[in-house]
Amino acid sequence: MQAITREVLTAKAAALLSDGTVDRVLGWKKGEFGYDVTPGVFIDAQQIEKDFEWGDFCAPNLSKYLLAETKKTGAKVLVFLKPCDTYSFNQLLTEHRFDREKVYVVGIPCEGMLSENLIKAKAEGIASVTDNGDTVTIATLYDGDITVPRNELLPDRCINCKSKKHVAYDELLGDEGEVIDSARFDEVERIEKMTPDERFEFWQGELSRCIRCNACRDVCPACTCEKCVFDNPKSGIESKAPSDSFEEKMFHIIRAFHVAGRCTDCGECSRVCPQNIPLHLLNRKFIKDFDDLYGEYQAGEEVGSRAPLVNFDFDDAEPAEAMERGEGDA
Amino acid sequence: MQRIGVFVCWCGSNIAGTVDVEAVAAALRNEPGVVFSTTYQYMCSQAGQDTIRAAIAEHNLTGVVVASCSPRMHEATFRKTVAAAGLNPYMVEIANIREQCSWIHKDMATGTEKAIILGKAAVAKVNLNAPLTPGESPVTKRALVIGGGIAGIQTALDIADAGFPVDIVETKPTIGGKMAQLDKTFPTLDCAACILTPKMVDAAQHENIRIISYAEVTEVKGFVGNFDVTIKKKARFVKEDICTGCGLCTEKCPQKNVPNEFNLGMDNRRAIYIPFAQAVPKVATIDPNYCTKLKTGKCGVCAKVCTAGAIDYEAKDEYIYEKYGAIVAATGFNPISLEKFDEFAYNSSKDVITSLEFERLTNAAGPTAGKLLRPSDGEHPHTIVFVQCVGSRCDACSEKGKEYCSKICCMYTAKHAMLTRDKYPDTEVYVFYIDVRTPGKNFDEFYRRAVEEYGVKYVKGMVGKVSPVGNKLKVQASDLIANKQMVIDADLVVLAAAIEPDKSARPLATMLTASMDTNDFFTEAHPKLRPVESPTAGVFLSGACQGPKDIPETVAQAGAAASKVIGLLVKDKLKGNPCVAQSDELMCNGCSSCERVCPYGAITYIEKEFRMEDKSTRVRRVASVNPAVCQGCGACTVACPSGAMDLNGFKNSQIMAEVDAICK
Repeated sequence: MQAITREVLTAKAAALLSDGTVDRVLGWKKGEFGYDVTPGVFIDAQQIEKDFEWGDFCAPNLSKYLLAETKKTGAKVLVFLKPCDTYSFNQLLTEHRFDREKVYVVGIPCEGMLSENLIKAKAEGIASVTDNGDTVTIATLYDGDITVPRNELLPDRCINCKSKKHVAYDELLGDEGEVIDSARFDEVERIEKMTPDERFEFWQGELSRCIRCNACRDVCPACTCEKCVFDNPKSGIESKAPSDSFEEKMFHIIRAFHVAGRCTDCGECSRVCPQNIPLHLLNRKFIKDFDDLYGEYQAGEEVGSRAPLVNFDFDDAEPAEAMERGEGDA
Repeated sequence: MQRIGVFVCWCGSNIAGTVDVEAVAAALRNEPGVVFSTTYQYMCSQAGQDTIRAAIAEHNLTGVVVASCSPRMHEATFRKTVAAAGLNPYMVEIANIREQCSWIHKDMATGTEKAIILGKAAVAKVNLNAPLTPGESPVTKRALVIGGGIAGIQTALDIADAGFPVDIVETKPTIGGKMAQLDKTFPTLDCAACILTPKMVDAAQHENIRIISYAEVTEVKGFVGNFDVTIKKKARFVKEDICTGCGLCTEKCPQKNVPNEFNLGMDNRRAIYIPFAQAVPKVATIDPNYCTKLKTGKCGVCAKVCTAGAIDYEAKDEYIYEKYGAIVAATGFNPISLEKFDEFAYNSSKDVITSLEFERLTNAAGPTAGKLLRPSDGEHPHTIVFVQCVGSRCDACSEKGKEYCSKICCMYTAKHAMLTRDKYPDTEVYVFYIDVRTPGKNFDEFYRRAVEEYGVKYVKGMVGKVSPVGNKLKVQASDLIANKQMVIDADLVVLAAAIEPDKSARPLATMLTASMDTNDFFTEAHPKLRPVESPTAGVFLSGACQGPKDIPETVAQAGAAASKVIGLLVKDKLKGNPCVAQSDELMCNGCSSCERVCPYGAITYIEKEFRMEDKSTRVRRVASVNPAVCQGCGACTVACPSGAMDLNGFKNSQIMAEVDAICK
């Protein structure tokens, strides 16, 4: 259950709109079903009262939407950011993607967002989902109420949450949390321990499901290029649907390289993937390697920090060290 | 579509010995765009170049591939060749089938196959080549020499004599450097001061030279021909233009216990001081770490005695901003610290000294007025042991010393030994050596004189331990030729400490983006063919900052560096390298990745108004490359996530085409 209620947020949004601090609000919008929440832009209190949503399904990271929204207005945009979203926010500022002065950030605590996929795996004909704190009750059309521990419905990124601390805000609602020493690299380590053949098979199996819908790229807060290389005929790697199994792998591997050092590990790529590919693991492998080779670095922790790949330090790992590790992995 | 000519060079048997050049020419004739292909014994010869020129005219070639040696050897040659035939010089690509192919393969079949692949890659690239035109930039006709030792002085004098203004920046209160501390110089034994100080005076009086002493370079921006340099002139607390150098203040200053660095701490100076009699500029300097007035506000004796009124306790650091066309690094060397060499008892006994300290002990202007006396008790030493290679030629894994030979020690040790025997024939002198290295004009003759005429006892072997016993030093060593252990009761032990680059060199190299080796010596652009230039354009190297050197070599290199600087400064405009990065502004995100990886500071960001696809206008932050600063390294092109950065002449598409051609 989320610590802050929807009413606190809607009241805050309405107040900031009415006193002129902001002229638009970036939040979450109700959908057809309870679990069907999308990002939404609100410009008056009425809209907010009607459609604004806050709860266990407000997973979308809103920071990327600031690129478009801040350009639409001369005034400020109010955005609600969960702790992990604030890392993306800082990273976007590091890359000069929008003007900090044009944003009013309200930080809100997060107890983890439920996974629609995990719920659907437990129940069919979902009528409603009620969060009881430690458990969640799913009311279904055919099987009555099903109650399961809340933990079982959390995705990897929330189970292995890296931080409950907001690294950026103008105003904080609720209590501030702390950076968590999570087990987020355990799964990466498991894959690292595979033989090259096993690993190839694992990723072949996962990535062969890719339909190149581009949802992972479109939602990714690190993917904000004016023109993506995959949409650029001049890049030589432009394509839509993969034409063979090589291309479907290359798309994700190239994408992982492009966001390397800039990925904050927000996990949106895996959340939006309609084929349930654990894409975040590719990014985490990079993050883990950077931590090992260059010392711990969390993208977005500070505005203006220099990622290991665009920095030089006398203590940097020598290329040979990375080579040896690669050979060790193989 | 290009019309490409392929020219495969035999390089005598260098290439043709392991590569079937005719087969290479035949295979490449079938590549897309190739309309002509031939071979020749020496493509770089006049006749070979004529072949290329004739083919361009006859076959209307738009691009040329020369399969030959490394582009470092002859790319410039062939660019000129095609330019003379009316092609843009950047329409030439070199396929290196010598260094990267024939020289490393023994088997003709393998060598030929690889040569064909390399040729295909070059053809694929030329197909995407476009004519490039270098830009031009003006040249500021002023040079900066960093370091005022003999290297810097000589470089400055030579540049100034050619008519260009030069600034010498020296961190110490006077120019002169290490040579000013030396007594005699090998192999002629003339006094260092006698030959150095006239040069110092020449520099001071030269109309084209400005000496900025007690100062350091704090920032370097810009590029060859157009450097913007910030120089911090440390507060001297004495007005340089008023001080007459009379020295009265240095006699009256009550703070008498300041270690005198010019004599390596073997005697004391005052808090206000002139380093030595022939200092240039000859003005006093107040040492703020010791001056009672500056520290407590009480005293002021120097101001009272100064008849010129030159003392200024309120002085602040000043900054000088100047533009230069060329920069010469002449930061010199220092003996290494001997802290880690406990076996020689340097730290525990005053009578174990370094060779530079020995210079001061024998110098008439030194702490003993030139009398060779033991530092501990002022007695005349009767047995002296010189130890060579202390910290030089160490194992690669040694943490104590340096792997390299310090080069000057053999000769100065022979000098010390000879002078000692000459002046004090009652003294027994031993020299322990690994090898005696005396290449150089009249050097070996000099060393032999020390042995044969002066009776210096040279022992091949290393000293294992020096231990103070009573007022003697027990030296345990091995004589490798006699294969026996030696124990000598010495009065004085002199260690030929390895030399290392001055500590200021590393931060300076960072400012200049000049490369260094692992020992912090500046790296030259080519170890044999461009020994006085840094790989960074407009930065030149003079003296021991590039590697250990004696005085004759330093002066020769200083002159060579000066001639390179003069060659640069006589030009009114510099032609740039057109192979520089360029940003596609429509694709640029303004994310700063490229700016962060650029080692030359060539990339800045500008706010620019763009007309967007929906006809609206938007101000966007985009990268802008200064083509005069860009060195074409390409780091930005790989850092750019969207592929907006590209390198002219090495476009991503060209590289990909080469890779594709190789992998096909």
